[in-house]
Amino acid sequence: MGTHRLKTWDAIVIGGGHNGLVNACYLQRAGLDVLVVEKNDWVGGAAVSRELTPGFLYSNCSYVCSLFRPEIMRDLELPRFGLQVIAYEGGAVFTRDGDYLANYRDHDAHRREFARFSKRDAEAYDRYARDVTRQCRFIQPLLMRTAPDPTSLKPRDIGELMYLAKKFWGLGPDQMAATLRFWTMSISDFLDEYFETDVIKANFSISGIIGTALGPMSPGTAYVLLHHYMGEVDGSVGAWGYARGGMGAITKALSASFQASGGTIRTGAEVDHVVVRDGKATGIVLAGGEEISGKLVVSNADVKRTFLKLVAEKELPDVFLRRVRNFKIRGSSGKVNIALDSLPEFPALPKDSPCYRGDLHFTDSVERMERAYDDWKAGRWSADPFLDMMIPTTLDPTMTPPGKHFMSCFVQYCPPKVEGRDWTDTDRDAFAETVIAQIADYSPGFRDRIVHMEVRTPRELEAEVGLTEGNIFQGELTFDQLLFNRPVPGYAQYRSPIGGLYICGSSTHPGGGVMGAPGRNAAAEILRDLSTPNRHMSPAHDVI
Amino acid sequence: MTSSDAIVIGGGHNGLVCAAVLAKSGRKVLLLEAASELGGAARTEEFAPGFRVSSVAHLLNRLHPEVVKLLDLAKHGLVLQPEQSVPSLSLSTRDGPLTLAGAYGDDLVGAQASEQAAWRSLRAQLFRYAGVLKPFLSRRPPDLRGGNSLAETFSLGQAGWALKKLGKEDMRDFLRVILMNVADLLDEQLTDDRLKGLLAFDAVLGSHLGPRSPTSLLGLYYRLAGDVGGVPGAQFAPKGGMGAVVSAIAGSAAAAGVTVRTEAVVRTIRIENGRATGVILADGEELSAATVVSAADPAATFLELVGPRELDTGFVRKMRNIRNRGDAAKLHLALDRPPEFAGVDSAGHRGRLVIAPSVDHVERAFNPCKYGEFSPAPVMEVTLPSLSDPSLAPDGACVLSAVIQYAPYRLREGWQSGKAKFLAAIMAKLEEHAPGIGKRVRHADLLTPADLEQRYRMPGGHWHHGELQADQMLVSRPVFGAEGYDTPIGGLFLCGAGSHPGGGVSGTPGLNAARRILAMER
Repeated sequence: MGTHRLKTWDAIVIGGGHNGLVNACYLQRAGLDVLVVEKNDWVGGAAVSRELTPGFLYSNCSYVCSLFRPEIMRDLELPRFGLQVIAYEGGAVFTRDGDYLANYRDHDAHRREFARFSKRDAEAYDRYARDVTRQCRFIQPLLMRTAPDPTSLKPRDIGELMYLAKKFWGLGPDQMAATLRFWTMSISDFLDEYFETDVIKANFSISGIIGTALGPMSPGTAYVLLHHYMGEVDGSVGAWGYARGGMGAITKALSASFQASGGTIRTGAEVDHVVVRDGKATGIVLAGGEEISGKLVVSNADVKRTFLKLVAEKELPDVFLRRVRNFKIRGSSGKVNIALDSLPEFPALPKDSPCYRGDLHFTDSVERMERAYDDWKAGRWSADPFLDMMIPTTLDPTMTPPGKHFMSCFVQYCPPKVEGRDWTDTDRDAFAETVIAQIADYSPGFRDRIVHMEVRTPRELEAEVGLTEGNIFQGELTFDQLLFNRPVPGYAQYRSPIGGLYICGSSTHPGGGVMGAPGRNAAAEILRDLSTPNRHMSPAHDVI
Repeated sequence: MTSSDAIVIGGGHNGLVCAAVLAKSGRKVLLLEAASELGGAARTEEFAPGFRVSSVAHLLNRLHPEVVKLLDLAKHGLVLQPEQSVPSLSLSTRDGPLTLAGAYGDDLVGAQASEQAAWRSLRAQLFRYAGVLKPFLSRRPPDLRGGNSLAETFSLGQAGWALKKLGKEDMRDFLRVILMNVADLLDEQLTDDRLKGLLAFDAVLGSHLGPRSPTSLLGLYYRLAGDVGGVPGAQFAPKGGMGAVVSAIAGSAAAAGVTVRTEAVVRTIRIENGRATGVILADGEELSAATVVSAADPAATFLELVGPRELDTGFVRKMRNIRNRGDAAKLHLALDRPPEFAGVDSAGHRGRLVIAPSVDHVERAFNPCKYGEFSPAPVMEVTLPSLSDPSLAPDGACVLSAVIQYAPYRLREGWQSGKAKFLAAIMAKLEEHAPGIGKRVRHADLLTPADLEQRYRMPGGHWHHGELQADQMLVSRPVFGAEGYDTPIGGLFLCGAGSHPGGGVSGTPGLNAARRILAMER
């Protein structure tokens, strides 16, 4: 302990989430002496595997892996430090009439499945896949670049704007128009232009709303679709997978990589505030009062927590504070994590269907999804919620005792406050019952298989992980909070009004999902400011 | 076979403006109107013996100054006197009415001092930002194919400059809020539910959006970018109803030499080797012209009058994908005597009475229409035009004209049985704010989007001829490929509300189209 008080670190990273660790890894590898402080007794933030009941590992926050940038995996040698991603087959949407729509990674198999419901939709699927891929082609390279400030006259910002303009112009008139239109469409309207079958539309609209405080009929949700489409697993684009050993395997590999390159991690060290002297960050003070000095401080916490809780108000300009206060970070989802003593049965699915190894849904129409959102707008959790269920143990036996299973159940919509008041334990239990009742409807005997269950509303997410209002993306993904507007206009380049204080969490461009891009991009900016050569960061590659 | 330089299909205000501008520049123009009188959805009609009312649009808030000037409408009987300017009131059974006096509330009456200050700064900001977008109303959308004329490129540059002139922080806020939802912006800056409710209502009026839908703020900018009588944000109750405005435009068109034929229903636009050469009427009569301009709904123009076989599959698909199902209904009441809205003075009764007591009221009204149900508690704007213009009603009697949301074009249970229920829901709301109004109703005429479609030949009953949302604006209005008024069919142009910039009695689509036609002939 004492040693920490004496030395001055080159950089202190607040928060050991995946972005904080990615950021710390790059800084350490560039030759800085980096300390990561984490309030919990474990690292990982929202990418963790926790043994909440003996023998069962829970991915109790984030639960799938796809968006994590392969460039980062390679740069930081994560496979060498134990990260293994298992791609999964597909999944299914159960329909109320006892049938189901299967998803397959194989395009043609998928197409044949659609044909079961509608020849026309099967035809349209080729056109749909092509058009969505075209949209990704423009967005995907932006993920790993710092967004330019359109109000700035700095050569770098102007140069970057020119790059974007050139890239956009390169699409050609028709694609330019299609892109402009796509960006502001609702996923529901977009899908109506291709498909006629409710369950097929419901199946695709899922990617437009996961994690957002929007419904499938809200403009802008077509764009969110892309955020869930640009993932890669072992070189196959749009694929999704499980991290072997749960999502914690990602942050475990990151901390191993970090420590192997000489970095230091302190857990159980909650930060009380950032020390600011003459407008410059000089270190942090822990909850216990211990001061740790650093030449610069990087916060992995969301923008509201960082600037409204960790920094004294007087240190920040009014305009900046106003914008931070106006940042939209409403939580919209909950999580029910369940330990099962045997694999649940879904009579609709054939035995050993590959769908068991993918994501399972019950919401078979866009209308049901939108009505679930209406409940959230009224400040209630959805009476008929949308569930994104996974049983990763069907592919990864390392998480549970033999024959037992772990089910991750992501629930939308779930408000940060219940009709304006704080959550109570009674509310939480009622919320869980809503979820379990729905699963039991489709899976007889489900309740009897439950060994242990963890229920997480936005309240728990905020208390444990520190996500303000329990928003899993550290801020909503609406236009007013994307690119040069994320987190707030004028500070979208990972810097802050305080010298030496940076932000690297999902509140920053390109936003949420276990992607690592914000942490990487922030490191690039920091090393630029220090004019330290950045040899260990490979440039973003175009995949699509 | 008679021949003219240009045939304009549709005698609504945009068709008339386009025809007049073409004629003024020496073209021989024939205008064809299917109905027995001109005006389209901007007429003044008798809906009960002795009771007359503006058929759809009932307030003038965006008639473009260039149209007024170019067509010399004052000379042709258009009266735009400041005293016609009417206030907006937000009614609330809880807090009483709030009045936005002058041009869109440059004076706020009935709010706390702190709220007045907050409103002054928000109002200034809204007008500043609307001002940046304003120049786009009276020009062709930017040409993504790079075919912008020098003038057009220059005016684009001016828009950029106007943005830069806002200053760094203001420009940042502009770029942040441009595609934002109206509710969040109001929550950031205001506290008075009545004021927020009215602004939210205005933002979503005529569109399939709720105040919490992203991009809904654009609707408010569209409203505030309009001006009338040279006053931005003002609203006039036109003397003689909206029909008076149209007859002024028609007068100007006639003076310019436009030949008008009513009850002339166009069946087909004649196409020869990919070029429009004229039209064929329902009775088989053929009329020739080198230029055909359609003020009709774009989808109807291409899918019915032209026909898919003349068009690319992609273009047809885009046309089919235009969202044009209206959510706004129109109510006309013939009342024995004027109603008394609680807490509203006589000047207020001449104004626009908005029933949208809070943002949540508007949002909750929107929810059911997503699923093909009408709002059980609708939001609406009410005017009593006969108070300012007694010629519209018999002595002592009164006309009520209201625009009501939300009434989905496709009601799940069908309007056959739904209409009576919706009318009951509306009357219940009116009764809350004007007790006893129900007993004074001599005749009620409720026009659902389905009725508007059938009566005014507006497919989907959408008064913008297609949703006015970000993905159907500028280069995407009505679809990319026909966004600049010219179309894939040579000699065929669009000039209606379905084209940029959109609906409302502005005349700008007609004006821009005419200018495009003349520019292309050069």
